Amino acid sequence: MSEDKINKMQEKINLIFSDCEVCEVVSQALAEDPEQILKMLLVSSLRGRGGAGFPTSLKWKFARQAPGDRKFVIVNADEGEPGTFKDREILEKVPYKVFAGMAICAHTIGAREGFIYLRGEYNYMRKTLEEQIQDFHNKIAGKLDFVIKIVSGAGAYVCGEETALIESMEGKRGEPRNKPPYPVTAGYLGCPTVVNNVETLVYVTMIMKMGPQHFASLGTQHSRGAKVFSISGDTPIPGIYELELGMSLAEFVELFGDGDTKAVQVGGAGGFCVPRKKFTETIIGFEGVPTGGSMMLFNSTRSMYNVLHNYLDFFCEESCGQCTPCRVGCQQLRKGIEEVKNHSLKPVHLDVLKKMTDTMRYASKCGLGQSVPNSFNSIIDNFREEIIF
Amino acid sequence: MKKIKIQIDNREVEVDEGTTILKAAEKLNIHIPTLCHHEDLCIAGNCRVCVVEVEGANLLSASCATPVMEGMKIHTNSMKVRNTRRTILDMLLSEHAGECTSCTRSGNCELQTLAGYYASPDNALLDISIKSKPDTSSPSITKDDSKCIRCQRCVRTCEEIQKVGALSMSGKGEHAKVSTFFELPLNTVICTNCGQCVTRCPTGALVERSYIDEVWDALSNPDVHTVVQTAPAVRVGLGEALGHDPGGRFTGKMVSALRNLGFDAVFDTNFTADLTIIEEGSELLARLTNVLTGDKSAQLPMFTSCSPGWIKFIEHRWPHLLGHLSTCKSPQQMFGPLAKTRYPEATGVNPQKICSISIMPCTAKKFEADRPEMRASGFKDVDYVLTTRELAKMIKQAGIDFDALEESECDSMLGKHTGAAVIFGATGGVMEAAIRTVYELVTGRQVPFENLNITPVRGMEGIREATLKIEGTVEKYRFLEGVEVKVAIAHGLINADKLMEAVNGGNAPWHFIEVMACPGGCLSGGGQPIPTSPDIRAARANAIYEEDASLLLRKSHENPEITKLYEEFLVDGPLGHTSHHLLHTHYTPRP
Repeated sequence: MSEDKINKMQEKINLIFSDCEVCEVVSQALAEDPEQILKMLLVSSLRGRGGAGFPTSLKWKFARQAPGDRKFVIVNADEGEPGTFKDREILEKVPYKVFAGMAICAHTIGAREGFIYLRGEYNYMRKTLEEQIQDFHNKIAGKLDFVIKIVSGAGAYVCGEETALIESMEGKRGEPRNKPPYPVTAGYLGCPTVVNNVETLVYVTMIMKMGPQHFASLGTQHSRGAKVFSISGDTPIPGIYELELGMSLAEFVELFGDGDTKAVQVGGAGGFCVPRKKFTETIIGFEGVPTGGSMMLFNSTRSMYNVLHNYLDFFCEESCGQCTPCRVGCQQLRKGIEEVKNHSLKPVHLDVLKKMTDTMRYASKCGLGQSVPNSFNSIIDNFREEIIF
Repeated sequence: MKKIKIQIDNREVEVDEGTTILKAAEKLNIHIPTLCHHEDLCIAGNCRVCVVEVEGANLLSASCATPVMEGMKIHTNSMKVRNTRRTILDMLLSEHAGECTSCTRSGNCELQTLAGYYASPDNALLDISIKSKPDTSSPSITKDDSKCIRCQRCVRTCEEIQKVGALSMSGKGEHAKVSTFFELPLNTVICTNCGQCVTRCPTGALVERSYIDEVWDALSNPDVHTVVQTAPAVRVGLGEALGHDPGGRFTGKMVSALRNLGFDAVFDTNFTADLTIIEEGSELLARLTNVLTGDKSAQLPMFTSCSPGWIKFIEHRWPHLLGHLSTCKSPQQMFGPLAKTRYPEATGVNPQKICSISIMPCTAKKFEADRPEMRASGFKDVDYVLTTRELAKMIKQAGIDFDALEESECDSMLGKHTGAAVIFGATGGVMEAAIRTVYELVTGRQVPFENLNITPVRGMEGIREATLKIEGTVEKYRFLEGVEVKVAIAHGLINADKLMEAVNGGNAPWHFIEVMACPGGCLSGGGQPIPTSPDIRAARANAIYEEDASLLLRKSHENPEITKLYEEFLVDGPLGHTSHHLLHTHYTPRP
């Protein structure tokens, strides 16, 4: 029943994985004035699909306006958020649409060089991608002076953060930079740089092809368009689905749950854990819980202590370790819940930790440390008993 | 430059575009606490102690790293800022194995100071410090990771100021730490022992290896005859460690303090600094003679060899250029063998019973004294090296009221010095001292600079160059007539490395190069009082040049005790057999 419904919902959208004559789209975009392209993106209301949701038109506009002869387009294919696996699928199934999005960006901001920062674990597709890039180069030859190269990541989660990604590309330790300046003014090699998620660029291609209105007609006021979801955990139908934004979690669980869903972790380890009692009121989108695509379902057999402990293990390991709130905060959170669980500390210590997460949120250098409190607080608030006993 | 108008704590201020919030606040005399920030280093923005609230932003901003923007309204002391600052201090303390009662830096620890002001009275965070054993392998520097708060000042110092990179970050997240290459002991890596990291470490994670106990043992042992020497920069630094402002000169009180501590003979490294000039000046003239008379084997430019951090650097990085190094030992190591040969010969003290101690502004001197080359007297020439900081500590331990001390002078024989020796403590000083003597040897006249102040070689520019035309030569040096002698000075090894690149590339126009490993020269060595900053270095340099100007004798060859030394002891003269045996050495490549 629900599978039919899901199929119908996907068919209605079908933007990411649909066939597309990329050469035509690129030619059409190249014929457009860059200002016009920015306007189209503005009308479409496309926001970055990596999770932070920065308006794409604005990002490109800043990079276009930034002075400099040398500019770069970088595709963030470091897909490292636990529970996210959609970019891999996109790069395997519709790589040309990604290249096209890069070319459109290059034309818009005035870049001649592009990079795909490919997650280390995805190196198996590198050779194929390189062949496809060569083919794409041939196709756009004479139309656009633009070259794409692949750079391999080395396994650090934090390198999904755009400035850490750039540091890594420059051969340095993958550590986030101080901002400002932002990459749009001083990114790779100090030049204006747009870093976009894989999925974002595919939507750019489709917005070029279909016009911005179609995209803007999908979703809700603050979360226009559709989104590719990576659905995993306690679900009978794990996988990748392209769905309209703005759905409530109740609807979502109705479609994807196993009938016993107690919580959904939206947005990966750095996202929010929503308990069953809040499914109805919670919207998937920027007005509710934003997500880079990771949706993990947990049923009543799961210990939320173990879930949280697992996330904290992950953060203790994957924090870059340079800034105090993130490096120390993650360790305090993990050790704190361990001590509460084994009754060495009173449960009120959880409140000490919650207060401490304010500092992580406000004072961490990058989005990693700033988002650790999301999962911690939502699990502590909703499943306190499971943490203590 | 474009001006930006902002408001900090409800007060208006106008600053240049690009100014950080921290600097703008300084202009209003608003103090924002910092920890990873250091005037000498690039911006890190990683400790987050300096966060402030900018109206309209949900996130707090690191004031050290955030440039001001027009119309910004900033609050440095809001509730949100105070809470966050307190939590960050609590966090840092939770990962810091702070054994304050036994820590070298207690009382002069930035973390301790900030904790006193900002940390919670009852830190509820758990102890997550890693109780690792300190690395005590180096004779100069002790590295205790358990006290490290990962501000990376040391890493930046080693890379940006010294271009050595002996310390770098390894691991990530909870495993992030300051590491040597593959975690090897500090004495086996490319560390030059310069100690610049020590003077910039905000805690006790990097400190000098202390020999205070050994020195007290020697002082307390009636069978041991203790001989002490003090380097030129110590007298302009010591005051800071005893509560005075930077820039004070304490030569006389320092000498009295050493006597009160019980040293049997109080001498001066300045004496052998003068000696170094005679030997090194003669070596330079010998090399110039050889080159100008067609001997291709003599290597120019000649490099000074007084700075042991620099020596180890060149041994590692430019081993094939070692032939350019002056064969002269440093003043410390010229003093060492004299204290155990000349001194016992003249006084009848049994050299076996002499313990030779030096007070240095330097941590690398500890390493230098340990080098196998440094046993020309038949004993270890210098037994123990203490830093300026260690001397200050001993003075406090002994209960000496430093300020109330009468001034006194060093003992004679190895104690008299000229102004030329004093300026060894500042970058360019060895060069200036050498020029004062060599020019006079060659021309028979004083250097053509007012009051002997050779200002072109002074200053704090990382690399300085000067040219001196030799005219009116005496008979012996007629071949130098009209020659333009070109010299260069570098301080901070990153600057030295630039000169070495030029020398290596064969396009170095210079005849003589002075290199000091530490920025500012010895006056800001790794053994000097903490902290250091451009202002502090300028104040110490000022004091050095004042001291020089205050002396009657200001040229090394005018030191009467040096003349006597050559008459009575080094009888075959500069570069002669005895000199060669006691005062010169060779170094070895360390690839």
